[in-house]
Amino acid sequence: MTTMTYAEAIRAGMSQTMRDDDTVFLFGEDVGPFGGCFGVSAGMHDEFGEMRVRDTPISEGVIVGAAVGAAATGVRPIAELMFTDFMTVGMDQLVNQAAKMRYMFGGHLKLPMVVRLPAGGGIGAAAQHSQSLEKWVAGIPGLKVVYPSNAEDAYGLLLSAVADDNPVVYFEHKAMYGVPFEVPEKMEAVPIGKARVAKEGEDVSIITYGKQVLDALEAAETLANEGVNAEVIDLRSLYPWDKEAVLASVEKTGKAVLVSEETKRGAYIAEIASVIAEEGFYNLDAPVMRVGALDTPVPFAPDLEQTMLPNATDIVNAVKEIS
Amino acid sequence: MKLSDDQLRSMLKTMLTIRHFEYEAQSQFAMGVIPGFVHLYIGEEAVATGACAALNEDDYITSTHRGHGHIIAKGGDVKYMMAELFGKETGYCKGKGGSMHIADASKGILGANGIVGAGHNIAAGAGLSIQYRGTDQVCVCFFGDASTNQSTFHEALNLASVWKLPVVFVCENNGYGISVSQERHQNITDISVRAQSYNIPGVTIDGNDVLAVYETITEAVAHARDKKGPTLVECKTYRHRGHFEGDATVYRTDEELQDWIKKDPIPRLKTYLTENEIMTTEEIDEMETAIKQEIADAVAFAKESPVADPATVVHDVYTDIVEEARVR
Repeated sequence: MTTMTYAEAIRAGMSQTMRDDDTVFLFGEDVGPFGGCFGVSAGMHDEFGEMRVRDTPISEGVIVGAAVGAAATGVRPIAELMFTDFMTVGMDQLVNQAAKMRYMFGGHLKLPMVVRLPAGGGIGAAAQHSQSLEKWVAGIPGLKVVYPSNAEDAYGLLLSAVADDNPVVYFEHKAMYGVPFEVPEKMEAVPIGKARVAKEGEDVSIITYGKQVLDALEAAETLANEGVNAEVIDLRSLYPWDKEAVLASVEKTGKAVLVSEETKRGAYIAEIASVIAEEGFYNLDAPVMRVGALDTPVPFAPDLEQTMLPNATDIVNAVKEIS
Repeated sequence: MKLSDDQLRSMLKTMLTIRHFEYEAQSQFAMGVIPGFVHLYIGEEAVATGACAALNEDDYITSTHRGHGHIIAKGGDVKYMMAELFGKETGYCKGKGGSMHIADASKGILGANGIVGAGHNIAAGAGLSIQYRGTDQVCVCFFGDASTNQSTFHEALNLASVWKLPVVFVCENNGYGISVSQERHQNITDISVRAQSYNIPGVTIDGNDVLAVYETITEAVAHARDKKGPTLVECKTYRHRGHFEGDATVYRTDEELQDWIKKDPIPRLKTYLTENEIMTTEEIDEMETAIKQEIADAVAFAKESPVADPATVVHDVYTDIVEEARVR
């Protein structure tokens, strides 16, 4: 085993795919010599040069749109948007173009493109640089959506996203970039659509993804001290998602707590809750619970921000409510 | 730039094919056979024809909601186009796209598009891909006057100019964004002046003169293949029909329409061909009769084709995942 931060793993994944496949290249705002706003692509410009690690104008519409046009014509672009919030500027290209072209055109095109989106709060970046917007894309037919919670998955899902012949939205949590993780010497691709049991348990299923996996594991530790053995399911992919793994866990524990950093209203986890209600109802011993952020924009002041965002205590409280 | 007689005949053939395809689409739509919307290209044929005549088979185009002409001019098959308008399984998109979403990747046609201005960015991306792969292809981006007010126009021209992408931006200025005349939607008369903002060549030409379009686009294509970057070509033209079929065109006068009908690009090319003894009137009539037959055959093909199997509704969302179809 060795140690690698989340950001290093994303960089290692991109670099590996670019060494393996000449048609893969990265572009986005300040990804070049500057190394990316969060340093994710640091050093890549040196290794791969100007054409393969390319700074764009601050122009999110054409960053996503150019990825679409490039992917449709024989290459495999990785487009980085500096913040998930900026996805809204390129939304036509993502939702009306990337997601629909293959279907509209009768299956005659494939669009092997990855859009990387640094997401989430907790760094004092306020309302326009902190959002979690999985719900904006996970329900759009034509897009695949992944959200790694650790370095090994960040690497492995990056490989799978680039290899995929469909547009993949790759969320990465900004507050995790500097977090070190134990990783094996040789890391592999992680298949899109497969969840991971982050911790086994029998009493309750905490189902989540991204940074909230860390919060859920912390909550599980607290709960263990109080005699509750929680299982933590890391979805890893939001579409396609691993329904079998989720339903199997709920069948075992009889209780489901869904956790997301999105504002709770209309959050992606509501889809998981609905499927558990439709297909796993008779295995439930208690109501399905959701833990999300408060329904406000993300505030600036650290105290306010921490009040707005969900944390391990919120998860513990939700579990206790149904225990 | 000397065009061969064969090239000139071929241009007339393309323009007539577009015209008669559109007449038939108009008529089938009026009879209620074609669902949805159709936006006809009648009157603008010289732009697509002249521009695509300057391209190779492996060059790309992006198109618009008014896309039939571009697709025919780039080599699209009228049979599969008509079948798509009818929503049939044999259509280009297997009935999933309709008039506004026809594409043929094998001909470099990256799709008509229902979002005004969306093609600009896709064309920039095709240009990026060409530059990255190091081929000498180009991408021609067709768009209307009103789309030059979208952010995509600025974003794409800016990126294409700063990266010297091999894209030719061809504006079909037909004077209207749906019902709003150009003078009411932008504070300029010649859209080509916007090229100055990007420090690229910009030119305004008579879009109803197929020879002028061909010559200008040929030059812009050579500029792009020469790695000198994009050009903005504004072609002034006019749509004889409304924005879509069913549009009562209350926003324009009949005098204006009649003035433009006098400038119809097709009689103009016919006159050029007969006056220069490249084709006789009889030869032109013969060509037109054959084209009408080809379009009639396309309609027959569309009518005889089956509608898509409902089970295919879930196909082609992804290359791999197929969700379950609804069971009734």
